[in-house]
Amino acid sequence: MKILVTAKRVEDPESKIKVKADGSGIVQEGLKYKMNPFDEIAVEEGLRLTAKHGGEVVVVSIGPKDVQEQLRHALAMGAARAVWVNHPGPLDPMGAAGLLQKVVEKEKPDLCILGKQSIDDDQGQTGQYLAEWLGWSQGTFASKLDSLESEAEKAKAPAIELSADGKTLQVVREVDSGLATLACSLPAVVTTDLRLNQPRYASLPGIMKAKNKPIEELTPAGLGVDVGLQVEVLRMSPPPPRKAGVKVGDVQELFQKLKNEAKVL
Amino acid sequence: MSTHFTEEHQAFRRTLRAYVEKELAPHALEWDRAGIFPREVFRQCGALGFLGINHDPAWGGSGLDYWYVTAFCEELARSHNAGVNMALLVQSQIATPIIGEIGTDEQKAEFLAPALKGEKIAALAISEPGGGSDVAGIKTTARRVGGDFVLNGSKMWITNGTRADFLTCAVRTGGEGYPGISLLTVPTDIKGYGVSKKLDKIGNLASDTAILYFEDAKVPVRYLLGEENQGFAHIMSNFQGERLVAAIGTVAGMDLMVQEALAWGRERKAFGRPILGFQVWRHKFVEHLAAIEAARQLTYHAVDLFERKEYPVREISMAKLFAGDLAQRVAYDCQQFLGGMGYIDETHIARAWRDVRLVTIGGGTSEVMKEIISKLEGF
Repeated sequence: MKILVTAKRVEDPESKIKVKADGSGIVQEGLKYKMNPFDEIAVEEGLRLTAKHGGEVVVVSIGPKDVQEQLRHALAMGAARAVWVNHPGPLDPMGAAGLLQKVVEKEKPDLCILGKQSIDDDQGQTGQYLAEWLGWSQGTFASKLDSLESEAEKAKAPAIELSADGKTLQVVREVDSGLATLACSLPAVVTTDLRLNQPRYASLPGIMKAKNKPIEELTPAGLGVDVGLQVEVLRMSPPPPRKAGVKVGDVQELFQKLKNEAKVL
Repeated sequence: MSTHFTEEHQAFRRTLRAYVEKELAPHALEWDRAGIFPREVFRQCGALGFLGINHDPAWGGSGLDYWYVTAFCEELARSHNAGVNMALLVQSQIATPIIGEIGTDEQKAEFLAPALKGEKIAALAISEPGGGSDVAGIKTTARRVGGDFVLNGSKMWITNGTRADFLTCAVRTGGEGYPGISLLTVPTDIKGYGVSKKLDKIGNLASDTAILYFEDAKVPVRYLLGEENQGFAHIMSNFQGERLVAAIGTVAGMDLMVQEALAWGRERKAFGRPILGFQVWRHKFVEHLAAIEAARQLTYHAVDLFERKEYPVREISMAKLFAGDLAQRVAYDCQQFLGGMGYIDETHIARAWRDVRLVTIGGGTSEVMKEIISKLEGF
């Protein structure tokens, strides 16, 4: 089974993120970056599926040269090789999906696994566009029936199940009312939710092996994709600072405030 | 960041930090209170390659340079649990390197390989109830009887002691003084071996430290590590790695103490302003930052020489002495800065202040470091 996974470089939420005074973006100085956590889950699920069913995981990232750090991380986790789409400029979800579509047509995987969204701008659209444009089935917000404390998770079993004939995937999705189970015919696009798995740490031997794994460089022009923005960010502004809370003397007072001031009761 | 660290060192550091912050730090207080930590931690670290960093790939190591070990020691500081860190360093850098250097293939297969995987717990058994730093005076005897050594005596201050699966153990096989000392690998499931007591220390609480005894305990002669009666020089050279990891970890620990104190001092207000606004404290922290940086550069210098196999006893002894003594003052001031919060064991600094006392005592006291340096300097 050949699986294509994504590894977007995002700002590390642990670092202090400030909006520039003119609202044109965020302050880059002193920022740390990491792989989008939802993508880490995608890489992990891909590795578990290929560990069980054979095959290889190919990881893709779009961005400037720095994204090689995230690609190396996925390679250190165990992906076989990487594809880097060299595009330093801004990108919207349609641009990302357009580039991924061309990479998919070139690589011909059986399955694409993407994070359901990236934690920088949280748009959550790329997977759906990709599936639609490829004409593939899609299972979004993939989760697992078992808890993350279960024996299956400890044994690093994949949560996405492949049918005996290898033609269908069973994907458990998080939906508003609980969990829904879909059967998706392959090839398919799956996007991962938080409770799908707990990604592994890259081991030291894995990091050393990753050093020699290939990263193929592609460009939007080479792939023939116009990445002109269809959605433009005009201005960014920080949320208003949180106001100080108030201390209430007793439950009665709390009740009165919730009822009369907050009007939630 | 020092030029000694390449992109791979930094990638390793990121993995270490993620592991230490997610899997170790959240349990720091709980494990201190329990006086032990799960054996599983050894296995996890083994599986991630943390225990075999610079060991021979033939026995499960990664064969990498000492700057990877340096990154390991530095990132471990973020566990906020000096006991766990000490246990892991004994396992990987203190009790086992000598087996890799002078052990037989049989000893490496039986002890080193499973230790690097975290499957067998290792301990270094040198000190005795009668003395620690005075290695030449050890009294535990190993008499040759047929194809065996028969051990009698006691070992004290043994890290990982209550649950070690094997010991790298110093014994007296010959006459008085240093020429009569040998090293043995000793499995702990033998008759006549036992744990006398788990010691109640004031710090490094999550690490089990024990008194061990041998009463006519037999091990086969093939467990001799290196040549008979040649153990003393190996023990002295082994101390270098022990002292170096102690110095590196102490510098990283001091750095964290100060950074966390500064973060506190920016938020905490007294008399109408953040307490870091008081010049007396700002100046004190600047002095500490300068001294910590000096300690780090001395330690990196020692690492650099050690990595080039120059056997830098002078620099390593100085690094441990300097960092160990400095850490007492840094911990004291950071604790003082936190006031009452610094006196309850839920805060990092309270436990660090308590744990850091060990650095001038364990692995050779500050006084022993001074004796070594004075001899090397010829006075």
